[in-house]
Amino acid sequence: MSALLVIDRLRVRYDSRDVLRALSLEVARGEIVSLMGPSGAGKTTALRAVAALQAFDDGQIVVDGFGLTPGPVPPESRLRALRRRVGLVFQAHALFEHLTALDNVTLALRHVLGQSRADADAVATKLLSELDVGSRAAAWPRQLSGGEAQRVAIARALAPDPALLLMDEPTAALDPARRGALGATLRRLCEQGRGLLVATHDAEFAREFSDRAVQLTA
Amino acid sequence: MLRDSARHRQTCGVNVHVLSLAVALSMQHGQPRVLVWGGDAEGGAPFVEADPADPSRVRGFDVEVADRIARGLGGGRTARFVQVQWSNIDQSVERGDFTLGLSGVEDTQARRGRHAVTLPYFEFREVLAVRPDDQNRIHDLADLRGRRVATLGATIAYDLLIAARDSTGMIPVSFDDDVHPYADLVAGRVDAVLLDHIIAQRALRRMGGRGFVILSQPVAVGHYVGVLARADSVLRDSIDAVLREAMRDGSLEQIYRRWSVWDDSEGGLFERILRTGAGAAGAAGTPARGSTPPAQVVAYLPSLARAAGVTLLVSMLSMTLAVFVGLALASGRLYGSTPLRILTTAYIELIRGTPLLLQLFVIYYGLSGVVRLPALLAAVLALGLNYGAYEAEIYRGALEAVSRTQLEAARTLGFSEAQTLRLVRGPQALRYALAPMTNDFVALLKDSSLVSVITVVELTKQTAIYATNVGSWVVPGALCAIVYLAMSLPLARLARRLERRWGGRAA
Repeated sequence: MSALLVIDRLRVRYDSRDVLRALSLEVARGEIVSLMGPSGAGKTTALRAVAALQAFDDGQIVVDGFGLTPGPVPPESRLRALRRRVGLVFQAHALFEHLTALDNVTLALRHVLGQSRADADAVATKLLSELDVGSRAAAWPRQLSGGEAQRVAIARALAPDPALLLMDEPTAALDPARRGALGATLRRLCEQGRGLLVATHDAEFAREFSDRAVQLTA
Repeated sequence: MLRDSARHRQTCGVNVHVLSLAVALSMQHGQPRVLVWGGDAEGGAPFVEADPADPSRVRGFDVEVADRIARGLGGGRTARFVQVQWSNIDQSVERGDFTLGLSGVEDTQARRGRHAVTLPYFEFREVLAVRPDDQNRIHDLADLRGRRVATLGATIAYDLLIAARDSTGMIPVSFDDDVHPYADLVAGRVDAVLLDHIIAQRALRRMGGRGFVILSQPVAVGHYVGVLARADSVLRDSIDAVLREAMRDGSLEQIYRRWSVWDDSEGGLFERILRTGAGAAGAAGTPARGSTPPAQVVAYLPSLARAAGVTLLVSMLSMTLAVFVGLALASGRLYGSTPLRILTTAYIELIRGTPLLLQLFVIYYGLSGVVRLPALLAAVLALGLNYGAYEAEIYRGALEAVSRTQLEAARTLGFSEAQTLRLVRGPQALRYALAPMTNDFVALLKDSSLVSVITVVELTKQTAIYATNVGSWVVPGALCAIVYLAMSLPLARLARRLERRWGGRAA
């Protein structure tokens, strides 16, 4: 079975310092892979390179047949295929503050995928319910708890139905009970055929919920 | 024999006055033997102008009249000039900035009622100037129905135009100086100018005798007088005596001939004054409107309301323009190519680094060779282009206040840059910008008073006209302040509410 994501000898330099030297990993469909390592080891940098938010210096990244090469990040007009394949959940959630939880999820459905308001609302309501925040659909981001905001952010990333979901430190602000619930949610998502790459320094979470872990050193 | 004794009596009278005057002057100014007089050198020749040979000195026929008066008061007295804006001469002389105001000051009932006024020393004719094409069609004010007629604000000519507006429906346009009315006549912005004949002749000389013609039939006749503080009536009587003496001994005629303003009508004026011993034709113009303060207020309310409407209109149009200019500049600065960024930055720094007043003059007068903008349009353009630079910086700050991770989140969701700006960055930036924008609008409301320098009669200008008419700033000033506050206070409140609601929240 071919891998959904292939990272091959990825190298990223900041100010003549190697942040990532030669990272290689694969994520298959239906698989959760944890990217482990202490702060500053380059976990977030690796996710940002896969999401084409930042350039890399050497190596290759292939997402479901879409290849990224070293050098400057290509213009958005040439990244449409990648954007459809990859969703990213930021550590700080980065919800759009001027929109309700529901509209955070529907915005891309309506304006990128061209769905009608009714269709987008239906998809978003279903997603929010599955993630157990259906009752918070009308809330503003500033009214959400950390855990709620995270689940709304997951729903937003999942709305365009990407094959690969990237998550940056999803357990950083969660208590143990919430962490278990999140793990169960992620497991359910990958059973739908997605691949998940989760950057975390939480060894317990990685051991309990991921299929494999890749260790980075600082 | 009889005449000699009369003259003798008069001379004695002068000496008595001179004594009391010497005491008054030395007490008031700490400098005896000086007559401090005020005039406006911006008014220029032949009244008062900076001496081309030595710009620190003034010359002109009013300068020489002042010198003659000082000499005539005796005691080796000399005249010392103080610069004052022409429309403020009355207020300044009451304040004691100088003793005698003398600079083409007109003889009016209102002025006689409020100040000590000398006898008329010069007779002028209010004459119409029109473009050469119009000289066969326009003969007097009645032919100017529906046309724009310019003059100097707060003058007899302005009062004549206001009266004609009500009877013939022509449109008076008030200027702060007597040069630009003629420039605007030649430029086609106005159809006629009504002003004193020596001002018209000077303007014609300045333009090399081309561009407009002066109609021979005067619209009215008026007189120049000196004005003193109400309390200085004793000194005024002394000055009247000196003026009579100067008319009698020919020194005044010599002055007028030197400045080419002597004609038969001056001779007639002198003769009438010397014969009757009093003001010849009497004062022109109407007395200050309404006899009691409440009546004055009521009489001026409609024009104040109209002026407040102009202020509001200019402010709202300017702000609308400023918003679009600001958005374009901010986009150029944030999203543009390097040359565009340099260009927009240069514009913003140029506008913010130079006075708005200068920009107004450049747009209205400076560009008039290229494009003749109507005053209201020029005002809106100048204010809008100026405030646009400030708005641009507000928008740039507001756009930069939207967190980078939200913009990245939008990218990962597949939004184009334009969509991100329209759907994510713009709406949030608007909320950050609303409070400072409202504050800017309040500032713009007040800065719009500057446009009175290009003939737009807005609230502050109308108040100044009102104040000149009633001879006091107290009631007009208070009324004007109330109207400004009524417009700006609700906006300031709105700004504070918006700030509480949107401004404090972190991105």
